[in-house]
Amino acid sequence: MPQAAVFVPNDIPLQSVKPAQEPPQPDAVQVKGVTRIFHHQRVLDALDITIRKGEFIALLGASGSGKTTLLRILAGLDAPDEGEAWVPSKRTVVFQEPRLVQSKSVWRNVVVGLPRRLATRERAVRALSEVSLDHRADAWPATLSGGEAQRAALARALVREPELLLLDEPFAALDALTRLRMQRLIRELCAAHGPSTLLVTHDVEEAILLADRVLVLKEGRIAFDEIVTLPQPRRAGGEAFDRLRGRLLAQLGVHDHG
Amino acid sequence: MSLSASTETGSSLLVRPAASRPSSPGTRFSLLRRAFGPLLLVLAWAATTSAGMIPASVLPSPAGLGETAVYLVKTENLFGQMGVSLGRAVVGGAIGISLGLLLGAAAGLSRLGEELFDALLQMIRTIPFLALVPLFVVWFGIGETPKLILIALATLFPMYLNTYAGVRNVDRKVIEAMRSFGLKGPRLIREVVLPLALPSILTGLRFSLAISVLVLIAAEQINASAGLGYLLNMAQLYQQVDVILICIFIYAALGLTVDILVRTLEKSLMPWRVGIAAR
Repeated sequence: MPQAAVFVPNDIPLQSVKPAQEPPQPDAVQVKGVTRIFHHQRVLDALDITIRKGEFIALLGASGSGKTTLLRILAGLDAPDEGEAWVPSKRTVVFQEPRLVQSKSVWRNVVVGLPRRLATRERAVRALSEVSLDHRADAWPATLSGGEAQRAALARALVREPELLLLDEPFAALDALTRLRMQRLIRELCAAHGPSTLLVTHDVEEAILLADRVLVLKEGRIAFDEIVTLPQPRRAGGEAFDRLRGRLLAQLGVHDHG
Repeated sequence: MSLSASTETGSSLLVRPAASRPSSPGTRFSLLRRAFGPLLLVLAWAATTSAGMIPASVLPSPAGLGETAVYLVKTENLFGQMGVSLGRAVVGGAIGISLGLLLGAAAGLSRLGEELFDALLQMIRTIPFLALVPLFVVWFGIGETPKLILIALATLFPMYLNTYAGVRNVDRKVIEAMRSFGLKGPRLIREVVLPLALPSILTGLRFSLAISVLVLIAAEQINASAGLGYLLNMAQLYQQVDVILICIFIYAALGLTVDILVRTLEKSLMPWRVGIAAR
């Protein structure tokens, strides 16, 4: 563990993102002129994004393009330097790593932080069965495989019945087979629960397979915004798929001469 | 890495990689194997002393030592003396350990806590505690107080340092995730930070308990009329090698007990580590 990993509870401004308490809005997320500056560089530059209720959005971008910064602002883990971000108060994050608490059993990890009367084993097991992990409810996190741990993290996010689900490259650390299964699982669960979802990824195919709408973040602004019209369930391949893939890759600076 | 001998069967040689799996000798005679070293020592001791190679005034035989032990129990109330010493170690240790835990957690958790007492504690830490004995006698007299304060002070630092390091090294990413799920304040500390810092905290406890027994010897030189340190001092005065040896054995046994105690604690307090790191 790095020595520099200093834990200071007060150095992250809490609740920098105000929960929406204005008159009922049809939108799940409203980002207005959000700017975030790191080391004199505008990672996000007067960014505007609107996510409609129940919409599944994939946010693509080269590394360092600010996609994770945006997600952290929406999650309330970081504050914008300028502008406003409006999100539902019920929102959860699935991180790139599972981030389970090693000292808690799997089911306790799932209901961690819930009010005591809601943090029951029954509720946890119900969420775990949705990700086919109920048989591991009493296991210690250290005994889970990478895919199992990430499924537990997904159950931990879904058990809160979020209106906004933030996915920060949740499949990046998984092997190819597990990734395919997880993608399918997320699509099913999002269809069943219907939260608005923001998936941050660098995988163009994943974005096209899962999302209703694909955004590309470039130099702190939205450079590409398009609704994916392919019918669900989608398969990788086909003319329309390849055309969209080529355009997205071109946006990301990879030119496909196929 | 050693590879098994290959047979020359043609131009391209195949070898069977001789991967050696860590062979565990099993747990059945584990205790016996552990006892082997100490037993050998006792045997050598018995052989040399009973053969008359070493005079009894320098190193008494095991049998002679046993007689002295019985004598000490009967006339000098050996168990009573041990009780007095242990009582001091427990009371002083409890004060030092809980203070160390408290200060370590506070300094690890908040920047304010660290700024307030870390520099001071690091400064005091470098003073050898034996140098404080004369000062404490002047300040607190020759009663129980200086002994307890000395033990408390000596046990405080290992606990403080390890708790502080443990709390600060808790994975920040996990803490951030917990905060995003609404866990904060005392509940975050109690449910996540302290359990994850437990390995370090228990290392601190191990050091502190061992030191509490160690400091006894120094503390009980301050005008004690009972206790193991007192017994040791008297034995030195009258050149009783057998009594000195018995005291040393008792200290060794106490140290071993402390170690077993903390190992047991580690297993019962950190079940999630069983089979992974703990052995």
